[in-house]
Amino acid sequence: MKFGVLRFPGSCDEVDALYAARRVGDAELLWHGERDLRGVDAIVVPGGFSYGDYLRAGAIARFSPAMESVIAFAQDGGVVLGICNGFQVLCEARLLPGALLPNANLRFTFRQVDLDIVEPNTAFTCACGSEGVGGNGSAMRLSIPAKHSWGRYYADEPTLASMQEHGQVVLRYAPGENFNGSLDDIAGVRNEQGNVFGLMPHPEHAVDELTGSTDGLCIFASMRMAVEGARV
Amino acid sequence: MHARVLIRPKAGILDPQGEAVQRALPALGFEGVANVHIGRLVELDVEDVSQLEPMCEKLLANPLVEDYEIVLADS
Repeated sequence: MKFGVLRFPGSCDEVDALYAARRVGDAELLWHGERDLRGVDAIVVPGGFSYGDYLRAGAIARFSPAMESVIAFAQDGGVVLGICNGFQVLCEARLLPGALLPNANLRFTFRQVDLDIVEPNTAFTCACGSEGVGGNGSAMRLSIPAKHSWGRYYADEPTLASMQEHGQVVLRYAPGENFNGSLDDIAGVRNEQGNVFGLMPHPEHAVDELTGSTDGLCIFASMRMAVEGARV
Repeated sequence: MHARVLIRPKAGILDPQGEAVQRALPALGFEGVANVHIGRLVELDVEDVSQLEPMCEKLLANPLVEDYEIVLADS
């Protein structure tokens, strides 16, 4: 099982994502200018400020050669995770519904947040709440860091209704934790097919006790389970 | 042809920048100000004016959350 982690000019969390993925499988970096995804089994679009966030966050990265391949990979059922800027890129690419807007408080905010797992049986949460590799042992709540200024999730009413009907709201900010003003406390969403997922907080920064939480690891472990389950 | 593309948040979507400016103006003595919204201006020269709308749909604006208006310089 190999993860491919994209690297754009302006990415800054790709190495943490690489190390997080390596705790549950193999992983390598994929340069934004290359179309070849090197046969990886899952993709991580990492956090940062791809292409300087010029125009809108994710708007230009979405047209990079690597993203063209990722879009085809996702449309073919491939498992794709977008974190923070990666979430913005996936929304701009229309692989995920909705959009991210400036935080309601107009501030870059960096804090640990509690997230409630709304959908535990997805390709990105199925290992969470278990005792297995990467599982956090118990609760359907994750404590992981968030750091962004452009993370207010928005979707129009028909889109939101359809998302709820199809179980696409995967993570919500726990009560009192929605610092960015996201609609309905939404922190993470998947596509209707369930193979593409994005979230604003950073699971890759919460994989070692050294930094206070290992709750993020179960996202990567879930992806491994999903990929290997599909392969069997 | 010189064109300006005006991009603004869609009506009904929270515009915290606009609200912050609207709150700031009365504090400076400017009364009677309402409906302040902050957007972006893209200026460009194009050979084929018919390409402006697809440019907006594909890249310059995000039609899910933004409205755009194309203003041609000579019109």
